[in-house]
Amino acid sequence: MTTITAQSPPALPQGKPKSKALRRVRESCIMAGLIGCGVFSIATTATIIVILAVEAFRFFRLDEVSFWEFISGTKWSPLLGAEKHFGIWPLISGTLLVTLVAMSVALPLGLITAIWLSEYAKPKVRAVIKPVLEVLAGIPTVVFGFFALTVITPGLRWIHEGFGVYNAASAGLAVAVMCLPIVTSLSEDALRAVPRSLREGAFGLGATRFEVAVRVVTPAALSGIVAAFLLAIARAVGETMIVALAAGASPSLTMDPRSEVQPMTGYMVQIFLGDASNFGPEYYSSYAVAATLFLMTLLLTLIGHRVRVRYRQVYE
Amino acid sequence: MNIPATTLPSPAEQGLNLQGIGSSGEHVAAQPAIEVEGFNAWYGDYHALTNMNIVIPEKRITAFIGPSGCGKSTFLRWINRMNDLVPSARATGTLKLHGQDLLDKATDVVELRRHVGMVFQKPNPFPKSIYDNVAFGPRLHLRMSRGELNQIVEQSLRRAALWEEVKDRLKSPALSLSGGQQQRLCIARAIAVGPSVLLMDEPCSALDPRSTAAIEDLMAQLRNDYTIAIVTHNMQQASRASDYSAFMYQGELIEFGQTEQVFTMPKSEQTQNYITGRFG
Repeated sequence: MTTITAQSPPALPQGKPKSKALRRVRESCIMAGLIGCGVFSIATTATIIVILAVEAFRFFRLDEVSFWEFISGTKWSPLLGAEKHFGIWPLISGTLLVTLVAMSVALPLGLITAIWLSEYAKPKVRAVIKPVLEVLAGIPTVVFGFFALTVITPGLRWIHEGFGVYNAASAGLAVAVMCLPIVTSLSEDALRAVPRSLREGAFGLGATRFEVAVRVVTPAALSGIVAAFLLAIARAVGETMIVALAAGASPSLTMDPRSEVQPMTGYMVQIFLGDASNFGPEYYSSYAVAATLFLMTLLLTLIGHRVRVRYRQVYE
Repeated sequence: MNIPATTLPSPAEQGLNLQGIGSSGEHVAAQPAIEVEGFNAWYGDYHALTNMNIVIPEKRITAFIGPSGCGKSTFLRWINRMNDLVPSARATGTLKLHGQDLLDKATDVVELRRHVGMVFQKPNPFPKSIYDNVAFGPRLHLRMSRGELNQIVEQSLRRAALWEEVKDRLKSPALSLSGGQQQRLCIARAIAVGPSVLLMDEPCSALDPRSTAAIEDLMAQLRNDYTIAIVTHNMQQASRASDYSAFMYQGELIEFGQTEQVFTMPKSEQTQNYITGRFG
């Protein structure tokens, strides 16, 4: 090792040199710590995926079920009746129906609120509304489920008698309320990130406030808005407590929001809360359902990533 | 393809009712375009402009020079009421465009901004295609066929001296253009609305010397059809590209006159010090 001796005047005060060995040890400790943290989170995820796959595989090895019936069947009756049916579609349709109801309310309402907050609201108003929204996002979902059962469902039944005691619309509306803060808050962040110069450019061409918001700011924030939407959809698809409480427990292949449905997450809750006492096919079926749900949310995440990358290329 | 200059709708043809604007054309000596009397502007308690009096001539280039914070940009942003976007901004006095008082509550700012286009310091094309950028203004204000819109876009790009460079890629993103091209696109975008006045707020400060030269050439061409007010920090630019120069200092208009006179025989010592770089 070469030592550099400083000869150039004027001399600065010379402290004692720090130990190089100690520095090397410290650096490698930090490195090991960081790698450990990274490995831990990746390993956890990997373990979950492996367990899902293994248990789902075991389900398909059972005599009572076939893989083909699972992915194409339209009847799901694992608990009742002489003959058990494991067709996933009633559960998927339950999930999709609740999500559809939720998103058809939460996405437009959230985006419009975000545009109002970002482009119209006075700073003082925004300073109050934004934290309130974020508090709303922190409410436990069981509260929303209870809200659905005790407020939304009676309200819907008062408006129209066709709604069941448990119904998809009620759960969907509660999920919408739950997702609204996410959509609004993230969309608003995306809108506010649009440079002021673009707004001024549009105002300078004689655009009105509304035209600036709709024709310039919203398109420029599109990648962020789409990301917010996809995150909300993923939350809705995976939402468990609200649907378990308010959507019902009878899987049916229907697109009628008035009727009782059972989304995938609702079924898993039912199984693990003890409705299936033995380790029979109904127990393992929940792993197959979970794996399907995992694939759906994974697909959403991938789409979201692709959309973000594509729009970012255009807009930056 | 050569399109006659009359295709671009002038404000008068669009049936606008900003007083006096219809009388375009026949002038020999410079007519007044913007008349300012006893004009004061504030941001909250800060007095940004004090008792300004100036007449900006029509179809000439007027340069506003002065140190940062002297109120040049503030003044420019009052001419198209861009300061309406700043909640604390207010102004008193008279600021007339072709005889109409712009500070009047009844003035429709949307109409006003169709007549007074603005080009900003940093090129700010929308994240849309080149075509959609130029078509943005016309689409806001006019009902027209696809063919008419195509003509407006082509002609605006021609006037901004950008057509030859982009005619084969009108659908590509505006942000794929170079900085200088983007700024000319912003000029084309402003022209497409059919303004009579163009405000330029340091349009070249973010550009390299070659792009700056291109913008200055363009200004010389546009001078025949538009009243141009430009804010610049570049003394050479003001002296070579403008007809009239206004020197401002600490919110006051110190000197205004023909550019040659202001730069060769300034009446005020402050102007003299500023343009020679001995500022103090």
